[in-house]
Amino acid sequence: MALDHQAKRDFKVVGTRVARPDGIDKVTGKAAYGADITAPGMLFGRILRSPHAHARIKSIDVSEAAKAPGVKAVVTSADFATPDDEYYADIRDNCLAREKVLYDGHAVAAVAATSKAAAKAAIRLIKVDYEILPHVTDVDEAMKPDAPVVQEGRALENVPAGMSQNVTSHFEFGHGDLDAGFAKADKIIERTFKTAATHQGYIEPQACMASLGADGRGEVWCCTQGQYMVRANCAEVLGIEASQLRVISSEIGGGFGGKTTTFIEPVALALSRKSGKPVKIVMTREEVLRATGPTVSTSMDIKIGMTNEGRITAARGELRYQGGAFPCGTVEFGAQAAFAAYDLEAVQTLGWNVMTNRPKEIAYRAPGAPTSIYAVESVVDELCQELGLDPLDVRLMNAARKGTLSAYGPTFSEIGLVATLEAAKAHPHYNAPLGPNQGRGLSCGFWFNFGGNTCVSLNINDDGTIGVVEGNPDIGGSRASISMMAAEELGVPYDKVRTVIADTTSLGFNDVTDGSRVTFAVGLATIKAARAAIQEMCKRVAKIWGIDEDAVLWEDGFAKPSGPNAGTHPPMSLAEIAAIAGNTGGPIAGHHEVNADGAGVSFGVHLVDTEVDPETGATKILRYTIFQDAGKAVHPDYVEGQMQGGAVQGIGWALNEEYIYGEDGRLQNAGFLDYRIPVASDLPSIETVILEIPNPGHPYGVRGVGETPIVPPLAAISNAVSRAAGVRMTELPMSPPRLLKAMSA
Amino acid sequence: MHESGCAAFAPFAESWKTQMRYVKPESYEAASAVLVAEQGIARILTGGTDVLVMLKAEVVEPDLMVDIKHLPGMRDIVSEDGGYRIGAAVSSAQLGEHAGVKAMWPGVVEGAELIGSTQVQNRATMVGNLCTASPAADSVPALVTANAIARVHGPDGARDVPVVDIPIGPGKTSLLKGEFITSTYLPARPDNAADAYLRFIPRTEMDIAVSSAAVSLELDASGSVTAAFVALGAVAPTVRLVPDAGAALIGTKLDAAAIAGLVAAAEAACSPITDKRGTIEFRTKTAGVLAKRAAHIAYSRAGGKT
Amino acid sequence: MKMIPVETTINGDRTEFLCNSDESLLDVLRDRLGLTGAKEGCGTGDCGACSVTLNGRLVCSCLVLGVEVDGAEVETIEGMADGETLHPLQRIFIEEAALQCGICTPGILIAAKSLLEKNPDPTDTEVRYWLAGNLCRCTGYDKIIKAVQKAAAEMRAA
Repeated sequence: MALDHQAKRDFKVVGTRVARPDGIDKVTGKAAYGADITAPGMLFGRILRSPHAHARIKSIDVSEAAKAPGVKAVVTSADFATPDDEYYADIRDNCLAREKVLYDGHAVAAVAATSKAAAKAAIRLIKVDYEILPHVTDVDEAMKPDAPVVQEGRALENVPAGMSQNVTSHFEFGHGDLDAGFAKADKIIERTFKTAATHQGYIEPQACMASLGADGRGEVWCCTQGQYMVRANCAEVLGIEASQLRVISSEIGGGFGGKTTTFIEPVALALSRKSGKPVKIVMTREEVLRATGPTVSTSMDIKIGMTNEGRITAARGELRYQGGAFPCGTVEFGAQAAFAAYDLEAVQTLGWNVMTNRPKEIAYRAPGAPTSIYAVESVVDELCQELGLDPLDVRLMNAARKGTLSAYGPTFSEIGLVATLEAAKAHPHYNAPLGPNQGRGLSCGFWFNFGGNTCVSLNINDDGTIGVVEGNPDIGGSRASISMMAAEELGVPYDKVRTVIADTTSLGFNDVTDGSRVTFAVGLATIKAARAAIQEMCKRVAKIWGIDEDAVLWEDGFAKPSGPNAGTHPPMSLAEIAAIAGNTGGPIAGHHEVNADGAGVSFGVHLVDTEVDPETGATKILRYTIFQDAGKAVHPDYVEGQMQGGAVQGIGWALNEEYIYGEDGRLQNAGFLDYRIPVASDLPSIETVILEIPNPGHPYGVRGVGETPIVPPLAAISNAVSRAAGVRMTELPMSPPRLLKAMSA
Repeated sequence: MHESGCAAFAPFAESWKTQMRYVKPESYEAASAVLVAEQGIARILTGGTDVLVMLKAEVVEPDLMVDIKHLPGMRDIVSEDGGYRIGAAVSSAQLGEHAGVKAMWPGVVEGAELIGSTQVQNRATMVGNLCTASPAADSVPALVTANAIARVHGPDGARDVPVVDIPIGPGKTSLLKGEFITSTYLPARPDNAADAYLRFIPRTEMDIAVSSAAVSLELDASGSVTAAFVALGAVAPTVRLVPDAGAALIGTKLDAAAIAGLVAAAEAACSPITDKRGTIEFRTKTAGVLAKRAAHIAYSRAGGKT
Repeated sequence: MKMIPVETTINGDRTEFLCNSDESLLDVLRDRLGLTGAKEGCGTGDCGACSVTLNGRLVCSCLVLGVEVDGAEVETIEGMADGETLHPLQRIFIEEAALQCGICTPGILIAAKSLLEKNPDPTDTEVRYWLAGNLCRCTGYDKIIKAVQKAAAEMRAA
C-alpha cells in the first residue's frame, strides 16, 4: 500500500509523544509477564538437561522420578509427535532431545510436581545413560572433513562433496567482474575476522503456563514474540490441531528475536496432558544462556579494493557462520546485508552454514548483519586510514542511493543512507577534538525490514471510542504507535483509542513480532482497517442524509458532505454515528488482512569516540551519536529508544559479550556475572538524530527501525578502538585481554 | 549427598527430608556449639550475598544455616586503641558511611564498597567476603596491607588471627569447625599514612576482579616512604602479600626506579590462571599496573607530593 | 521439618507468612504473597530486577532469605504509588519513555527512589553508578538517567 500522495501531510497525532497505554501497569508492578501467572492446581515443571556437549542417549530411566513424592508426570521426547516437516522436527528435537544430545544444556526430560522442591528432587532421580561423543564448538574446526559430525544427512545438495557433513548450506551471489575490479584498485586490503556468539540478553527468562486436556484442547500463557508461532510449533510438536490451542501472549520482558521460537511451551503442554493439570515452567538465567537461542559465531574473510580517491572498485566476502546443532539460514542474511550500503560495480559474497555442538541459533536483532557489516566496515575504515581519506567522505562517495543496484540483488527506491551520512558529517561530534589515547570511529548499518502476515480488527465502540485488535506482542511500545495511526486516520484524539493484543482465537494468523515489522505492517493494516470503518460510517451517514455514499467525506473525525451539491448537512462526529449504529445497520467495524509488502530498508550511521587505557586495554566510550532513517517517526520517543537500546547491545557485543566454551564443550559463563552486558555506568549519554526519508511502501512513510541500530556499533567501536590503540582489531569482543595483547605485540 | 542430616527426620513429603535448618543462636557460645554439633554441611549467614548465590546454583546444599547477624557487636563499628573494630555483620555500605574508618583506611573501604552492586553492598560484609575465600575477593587485599586482625570465636573462646592467614586456598579458610569471625580490627595509623585499592574489571561495575592491588604506605615528614605493604588479588590461589614490592618503595618518594622495582616485584609474585575472565599474561601485567597506580594514590593520600 | 512462620511489614501493612528456610524473599513475595512486581531476572544478584528495600536499604530480594525479614520492614514496587497517585519517578518514567518492555522498571524505580532519598541532587555519574546493579537491555539507560534527573529536580522543588 503506497505512501499517501498528499501534499506534505500535516500529521496531528503521528509524530507526537503520547503516553503509552501500558505505562501505569508497568511502573506499578501490575503488568503480568510470563512468570506472573498462577492457576488452581498448578504444577511446577522442571527440565533435566544434558551435561555433555555431544552424546548418544542410550537409555532414559524415569521410573524412580515418576514415583517420587509430588511428581505427577515425567516426559521425554517419546511424548512428542513426529512432524514430517524438517523445520518442526528440529524444533521438537531441540525442545527434548531424541537419540542424541547435541549441546551442553540440551533438554532431555522433564517432570511436573506439586512444588518446586519436589520437582528439583525428582529431576535428580532420572537416570540417563549417555555414550559421550567427540564434540566441536568452533566454526572453522567444524568445517574440517574430520570434524565430529553433529547431525548426519542435513547438508543441502549445493554443498560440495568432501566437506564435513556439518556444512549444511552454501550460496554465492553478486554481480560484475571481480578480477577487473581488483585490478583497478590502488589499494587492496584483505582481512579475516572472528566473532563470538552472543545472547539477546532479555532480562525476563522464558516462562509459560500450559494446560492441555486429553481431548486435545488447551491453553498456553507465555511470554513470546508470536503467539501464532507458539500455536503452530506446539500443535506440530504435540500432534494436536492448532485451532484447539489458545495461546495468550503475556507482557514480554524483552525478546530482540530470542523469543521468536519455542523452548518450554511444548514441554509444559506434554506435562500438562500427562498430569491432567496446568503446568508452569520458568527458565533460570543459567538455562536461558545455555539452552535458548544465542547468535551465530563467525569467521569471515573480506577483501576490498579502493582507488586513491576512495572509490571502491571491487569487494568480496566469504562468511562462515555456525548456528548451533541444527541447520541455520542466518548466514544468508549476513551475506545479503554485508555490502548493502555500497554502490558496487563488482561484488561477490559467498557463505557457508556450519553445525556445531552448541545451542540452536535464533534471531537477535538484524540476524547475521552485525557481524558481516562489522567486517566490511572495518576493512573500509582501514583502507581510509591507509589512503589518508576521510571515512565519511569515502562512504558518501560509494553510498547506495535510489536506483543503485544493491549488492544483494534488488534496486533501491528512496533510501536514507546519504541523508544519514550527511547529517553525521554536519554534526559537531564529527569534528570535536580528540585527546591522547582517544579515537573516533564510524560505521554504516542496514536492515531489510519485513512486512509479513498481519490481521487487524478495528471496532467503533458504541461510546465513540475505538478498539483495535492486533496480533503482535508489543516489545517496544508499538501499541502506542498503532493507536496513534488509528487516531490519525479516524481523526479522533489518541486517548479514545485502545489497542489490545489478541490471543490466537481472536484473529487470523499473524507472523511473529520481528523484522522490525510491527509499526510498519500492523500500522499499515490498522490504517486500512480504519479506512474500511470510515467507509462504513460514511455509508451509514449517506443513508441518513439520503445522498450517495461518495458524496460523504471523512475529515478530522467527522462525516461531512463532500461539496455544496451534496446538500446542507451538519457534520456527524464519530461518536454520534457510533451511538446510533444499532439503528443504521448494527455495530461498525473495519478489518484488514494482508501479507504486507513494501517494507522500507532502514540505514543508519553511528559515530563513537573511545579512549583506550594503553596499560590495561580497557576501553571507555566517551561519546556516541546515532543517525538513522525512520521514514516517518510515529512516536519519536520510541524510535529514539530503539536506536539507543540497539546501540548499547552492539556496544556490549563489541566490547565484552561472548559465549565462552571450555575444552569440554560446556558453556563456562552462563550467568549475568560473566556474560557481561553493559551496565549504566559503562555508558555516556547517547544522542539520537532521526532522519525521515519516507518509505514509499507505507501510507505514512514508516520504516521499521528496531534492528538497524545494533548493526553499526560493532565496526564503529572497532574502528574507534583501532585508531585509539594504534592497532587494527579483527576479533570480537575486543575485551581488554585481547586488546592489551594486540597493543603489546 | 546429605544423607547424614536425614536420619533425624521422619520421612515426610519430599522437601522436608532435605530441607535446610535455619537457626539464630542467642550467643556466641550457642553459635559455636551448634556449628560443632552439625554433622552435615553448615554455612554461616551474615550478608548472604555469596551463600545465597551458591544455594541458588545448587553448588552447596547446607543442612544448617546459622544466622549470626544479630549477635552482640556484629553490626557495630567501635573505636579501639586508636583504630577500629568492625563487627562481622557490618555491611560494605555501612562501612562506607563511617567517616572515621573512611578517613583512616580509605583503601579498605574502597575494597568493601566495590563488591557487587549498590544492592549487594547494602548486605555484603568484609568478613563474608573474606571467608568465601575467592582469590579475587575485593575486600581482602586492603585488609592484608592494613595488617588487619580477625577475631575468631570458637568452642574454646576467642582468638585473634591476622586476616592474611584466614584464606588458605580458593574457597578454603583456616577456620576450624565451630569457629566464625566476629569482628575485624583495623589498627591505628600514624600521620602521613594512607592506603588505596584498585581492581581491574572489564566493565565499570558488577564484575569479579580480574586482578587487583592494595597498597598501604607510611611516610615521614619529608615524604619518604617508611613503611609499605603491597598485596595482590586474583593472581594466585589466595591474596598475596608481596614484601619485595613494599621493600622497593622504602626510603623513596616513588621515583621511577622505585616504581619499576615495585612493578617487577609485583609481576614476579603473580601465579595466576587463565580462565574466562583473564589470561595469565593479562593478570600479571595489570597487577603490576594496578600496584603502581594504587601506590601513587596511597602516596598522594598520605600527603606525599610527586 | 515444618515451614517457618515470619512476621513482617510490607509496604506498611503487617504481613505474616510461612515459608521454607531456603526460600528467598523474592520467592516469598512472588509465590506466597502475590506481589509479583519484583522480578527474577537472574536469581544471583546480578540484575537488580528483584530490588526492594529492607529496613530502608536497597537490596536484591533474591539475596535475602524469607526468614530474614522477620520483624523488618520491606518496601516493594507495589507500595510506591499512593493509591491512584503515582510517585513522581513513576509518572516521569512514563512521560519520558524511560521504559520499553518494562521488566527492569520496578527494580529501577525502587533503586532510584532509594538513591534520591539518600542523595536528592546526584550527578549523572552518581546515578549511573548507583544503578549499575540494575540491568536494562531495552533502553540503553539514556532515558532512564534523564527521567531520574527530571524527577529529582521536581522532588527538590517540592
